[in-house]
Amino acid sequence: MVGRAAPGLGWDRVRAALARMDLLLVVLLMIAVLTALQPQFFLTRENLTNVARQIASNAVLALGQLLVVVTAGIDLSVGSVMGLCMTVLALATKAGWPALASLAAAVALGAGVGAANGLALTRLHLPHPFIATLATLNVARGATYLLSGGVPISGLSPEVRWLGSADLTVFPGTPLATAIPISFLVVVALYGAGTVFLRRTPTGRHLYALGGNPRAAQYAGIDTARLLVLVYVLCGALAGVAGVLLAGRVNSAYPTAGIGAELDSIAAVIIGGASFFGGRGTPGGVFLGAVIMGLLRNGLNLMNVSVFWQQVFIGLIILLAVYVDVLRRRAAQLES
Amino acid sequence: MSAPARVEMRGITKRFGPVVALQSVDFSVQPGEVVGLVGDNGAGKSTLMKILTGVYRPDAGEIRFEGRQVHFSSPLDSRRLGIEMVYQDLGLAENLDTVANLFLGRELTRPVWLWRLLDEPAMERRAAEHLEALRVELPSLRLAVERLSGGQRQAVAIARATAFAAKLVIMDEPTASLAVAEAGKVLELIRRLRDQGVSVVLISHRLQDVLDVSDRVMVLNRGRVAGVLPGHSARMEDVVALIVGGAA
Repeated sequence: MVGRAAPGLGWDRVRAALARMDLLLVVLLMIAVLTALQPQFFLTRENLTNVARQIASNAVLALGQLLVVVTAGIDLSVGSVMGLCMTVLALATKAGWPALASLAAAVALGAGVGAANGLALTRLHLPHPFIATLATLNVARGATYLLSGGVPISGLSPEVRWLGSADLTVFPGTPLATAIPISFLVVVALYGAGTVFLRRTPTGRHLYALGGNPRAAQYAGIDTARLLVLVYVLCGALAGVAGVLLAGRVNSAYPTAGIGAELDSIAAVIIGGASFFGGRGTPGGVFLGAVIMGLLRNGLNLMNVSVFWQQVFIGLIILLAVYVDVLRRRAAQLES
Repeated sequence: MSAPARVEMRGITKRFGPVVALQSVDFSVQPGEVVGLVGDNGAGKSTLMKILTGVYRPDAGEIRFEGRQVHFSSPLDSRRLGIEMVYQDLGLAENLDTVANLFLGRELTRPVWLWRLLDEPAMERRAAEHLEALRVELPSLRLAVERLSGGQRQAVAIARATAFAAKLVIMDEPTASLAVAEAGKVLELIRRLRDQGVSVVLISHRLQDVLDVSDRVMVLNRGRVAGVLPGHSARMEDVVALIVGGAA
């Protein structure tokens, strides 16, 4: 029977691919419904470009969050870290730092806070990443207010604004001319890299093993402490990138930026099919999770639904997404 | 002079504070031999095996591997010589498939630009060959291990331990949680390993399984060797008497 498993083309793999399609179906369904409800606004290039730009920072945060969630962890600090990185980016720009240096400083700061999260977990043996990252959530937010004096700092470098708000026009001069936000291209590139890292490298495989069964990873001789520090560092660095994109989009670093963003990133990860218990979840799914949240917000905006109701709907979507996952897992169990 | 034993432990003593866990225990396994290691809880079975895998260091005594004296300071040292352990909890990542589990921590890679990426076709091919050699049958190599039966998981764990030229495999209660038919398959697998020249140490409370498959049975009692019996001719009562001996 062993010989029957054809490399790469097993029936199980086809079925797994189909099971992953449901998120894509949700996205298509949402697009269809929104097109029907708002025919003159929704399916315009301007609107879609806008959606792509708006989901960028949440998508980047969610990618980092996924790395952590795969190891059965959680990073509550990403929203605050994003805000802190934005403020530092703006201050560095104001202080006359070259654009590249201030960008590097913002991302490195994010990575540094991530390293603190990881070391608090592995060296200080804090019982759960919830606690360490709850601490850095507060420290980073407080530091943001202290550094900024509690007021927004506007005027970022042209490079940052280009990253956050410029478009790349494909097929210019033809009827197909479409403006694709640079920030969306950054998102696509990061998700591509994330997919290769998680699904195609030994380290990525070890992360899934660590999330699935930490003892299995230890028995296999995997340095689990090093891996954990690595994922929190990457998550923090991605929060820095998300901050750069958001600051570039709004051309400002405001001290309340990213409040609650950690919850949006967690929502995208969960809607995208990752398991809170670790060992499950793909960048592709999380990307669609972020797209679903973006489409929902956009659609409700177009229909003039208040932001308060939007929050209610996001909550219901989370419930629904996880419940569908529970049903699917139960079905798979009955089958085997 | 015959060939050296695969592993010979002599005069092994281990204390934990005032508690003497092992008192000058001698233990050996030949190439292609199955040794059953039995004893009551706390008799010292797992302490002895943890010394052999380098988890603990003995307070006294020496370990020889194929005639050479060795000192293990970590489980990696013993694994490098080909000593593998199958833990009672199996140590499988249940969310990953069989191929991923067999190669966990020792993945095959191929260079792509500056990166080393997983070489899935090569791993799948070698996994299939290895399982074929052990005559382990699975519904699919790409099914997450959590979807396999208990016996199939045990087989995957044993296959994992033997996938990289293992010379000695220590199995902790491999049949404890299995139905009779599945336990029988695991015992068959142990015999097949022996036929391939692999040494096996079998720790188990299921004495009938131990007697069925072992060439020798060593009984530990309160940190000492209570007796060594030939596996196939030993009677269950004699083994039980040695296990509980002194307590009665």
